[in-house]
Amino acid sequence: MVGGIGRRISNVVHTQGWVHCHSAATDASGLTKSIMDELHEYFTSKDLPNKVRIAVACCVNMCGAVHCSDIALVGVHKTPPRIDHENLKNACEIPSTIASCPTSAISPDPTKKSVKIKLEKCMYCGNCYSVCPAMPISDAKNDGIAIVVGGKVANLRTPPKFSKLAVPWLPNNPPRWPEVTDAVKTILVAYIAGAKKYERVGEWIDRIGWEKFFKVTGFAFTIQHVDDFTFARETFRTTPTFKWT
Amino acid sequence: MSKKHQTPLLDELKKGAFPSFVTEIEKAAVHSDMSADLLGQVELSYREKVTHWKHGGIVGVRGYGGGVIGRYSDIPDKFPSVAHFHTVRINSPSGFYYKADSLKEICDLWDKYGSGLTNVHGSTGDLVMLGCRTEVLEPFFAEITSRGWDLGGSGSAMRTPSCCLGQSRCEWANIDTMGITNDITQHYQDEMHRPAFPYKFKFKAAGCPVDCIASIARADMSIIGTWKGDIQINQAEVKNYAAKMDIQKEVIDMCPTECMAWDGKELKINNEECNRCMHCIARLTKALRPGKEKGATLLLGSKAPIVTGALMSWVIVPFIKMEPPYEEFYELIDKIWEWWDENGKNRERIGELIERTGFPRFLKEVGLTPSAAMVKVPRRDPFFFWSEEDVQK
Repeated sequence: MVGGIGRRISNVVHTQGWVHCHSAATDASGLTKSIMDELHEYFTSKDLPNKVRIAVACCVNMCGAVHCSDIALVGVHKTPPRIDHENLKNACEIPSTIASCPTSAISPDPTKKSVKIKLEKCMYCGNCYSVCPAMPISDAKNDGIAIVVGGKVANLRTPPKFSKLAVPWLPNNPPRWPEVTDAVKTILVAYIAGAKKYERVGEWIDRIGWEKFFKVTGFAFTIQHVDDFTFARETFRTTPTFKWT
Repeated sequence: MSKKHQTPLLDELKKGAFPSFVTEIEKAAVHSDMSADLLGQVELSYREKVTHWKHGGIVGVRGYGGGVIGRYSDIPDKFPSVAHFHTVRINSPSGFYYKADSLKEICDLWDKYGSGLTNVHGSTGDLVMLGCRTEVLEPFFAEITSRGWDLGGSGSAMRTPSCCLGQSRCEWANIDTMGITNDITQHYQDEMHRPAFPYKFKFKAAGCPVDCIASIARADMSIIGTWKGDIQINQAEVKNYAAKMDIQKEVIDMCPTECMAWDGKELKINNEECNRCMHCIARLTKALRPGKEKGATLLLGSKAPIVTGALMSWVIVPFIKMEPPYEEFYELIDKIWEWWDENGKNRERIGELIERTGFPRFLKEVGLTPSAAMVKVPRRDPFFFWSEEDVQK
C-alpha cells in the first residue's frame, strides 16, 4: 500500500510489542494493523487538514516518538510490580533498583536482602523491572492502552509540542482492539470537523482549548488527566478564562 | 504446507486492507521453524494478554559491548525454536540509502543465520535483524563485517546516529546531514561499540526546522540545519503560486511572526523578524529558499518519559557552521561527555542530569556563553547564584 505523503496519516511508527519485547504491555503490530485497516483511506487518498502522525508504543519506554505525535497509543500498567524476593537477591543490584524509581517508592528491605515498595507512591512505569528482572509488572487483567494526542516535532508555524493525555486507559482487547480503534476514529473525526487547513492536531486543540477537546470528542475528563508528575505545575490553568463545556 | 501452530486470533489480522505482519511472518515460517514458533508464541500472547519474552540476557560478539539485544522465550519447552530469539542491530547507511543488491545480501544472510524477519528500520534507526540463536552470532557477525557492514549501538553507548535525507533529495537542507552523520559514526566508533557512558546517547541530524528525523524529540544531541540572512525570493514563482492558491490566507496569515506581506504583486519579508519556522518555504517551495549563510542550531537533551518525564532538546548553540572536519563540534561533544561522565548517575540521560544540576551550571562548566536564544523566557524568581568574583570584599 502506497501513501503517507502530505496531508494524510503518515506511516505508523510503532514498536515490537508481543512479537519481540520483554516489557510490552500490549502488542504494537496488531494495534497498528487494526487502526490502519479502518483508516487506510486517510493514508492513501483522503486529505486531512494536515499530516497526522499516529504512533504506537507497547510500553512507556516509548521506543519511537510517541511523546511528540499527533495521535499516539501507549501500553500502560495499572498495578505495581510484584517482588520475587528469592530471585531479587541473586539477579538484581539493590541500589540501582532503588534509584530506578522516579517517585522514590522503592526502599531497601534488609531482612529479606531485597526491596519493598510503597504502593501508594508507585505510578506503574515499570522502570524497576527494566533494571531488575525480579520485579515483573505485566498484569493481563489490568494492562491496557492510554491515548495521548497533539504532539508534533516540526517547527512549522508553532514550536514542537508534547502529546498530552486524552484517554488514560482502554482495555487490551486483541486481536482487533475495538475500543482503541473507535477512540482513534473519534479523535480523527473531531479533528477533520474542527481544524483549519494546515493545522496539526495539537495546533487545533491549542486554538479551541483542551476543555473543548474533551467536549467535542466526548471523552471523560478524569483525575488521571490532572498532572502530578515532574512538570505538573506548568499545566495548571492560571486564568479564569476558559470555555464553558 | 500445514501450519505448525493453530493461530485463530492472529488469523483475524490477515484480513483487512492494510498490509499484515501476520501474513509476512507466515511467509517466513515456510522455511524457518523459528518464525513458525514465533507465530505460536505470539498467538499465546494474544490469548493471555501478556508478553512471553523473558527479561534480559546479555549476549554479544567478541570485541563489541553492544549491537546485539538478548531475547529468550519464557516458555522454551512449548516453542523450542524461539528459545533464543536475539536481535542484531546493523548500522544503517546515512539517509537510509541502499542498493537493491545490498538489501538482498543482508536478507539472504538473515535467511541463512536467523529467522528471516527484519524491522527496516527499527525505532533506533538501525537495520534490525529479528531472531537468532546465540551460536550464530559470531559467524553472522564475521560474514556481514567481511562484506562491509557493521553493528549499530545499544546499551549505555553512542547509538547509531541517523538523519533525514538532507541535501541528497531535499531543497530545504541547510547542512549536509548525511555527511555529518557518517562522520560522527566514523569519529566515535569506540564510543559506539564499547558502552562506557552513564546511559545511551543519540545523535540525529535534520537539514531544516521541519525536522523529518524527529531529532528534537528523540536525540540527546539534535543538529538542526538553519540559516542567517534573507530568505531568497523568486517573485515570478510567487505569482505562479498566486494563480493556484490563496497566498494571503495560507501563507501570510499563518506566519507566526507576522513578518510577511503580499499585495497581489510582490511578496515582502521582514527578515529581521523571521524565526525560520519554515511554513512559508514549505508552502511556496519553488518561490522561496532559505538564506545563504548556512549552519546548524545545536539542541541537547531530548528523551522519552523514562525516568523523570519526557524532554525535548533545547538550544545550547544558536549557530554553528557544520563543515568538515567539524573540529569545533567534536570539541564541544567531548566536553559534554566528560561533564556527563563526571556528574551523571547510572542510567541518567544528559537531559535529566542538566535538569537535576541546573542549566547555568552546565553552561559554565562546559564553557558555553549564555544567550537569550537558549530560553523561552528568563528566570521568574529572584533567586540566583553569584560567584566570588562578582561580589565586593
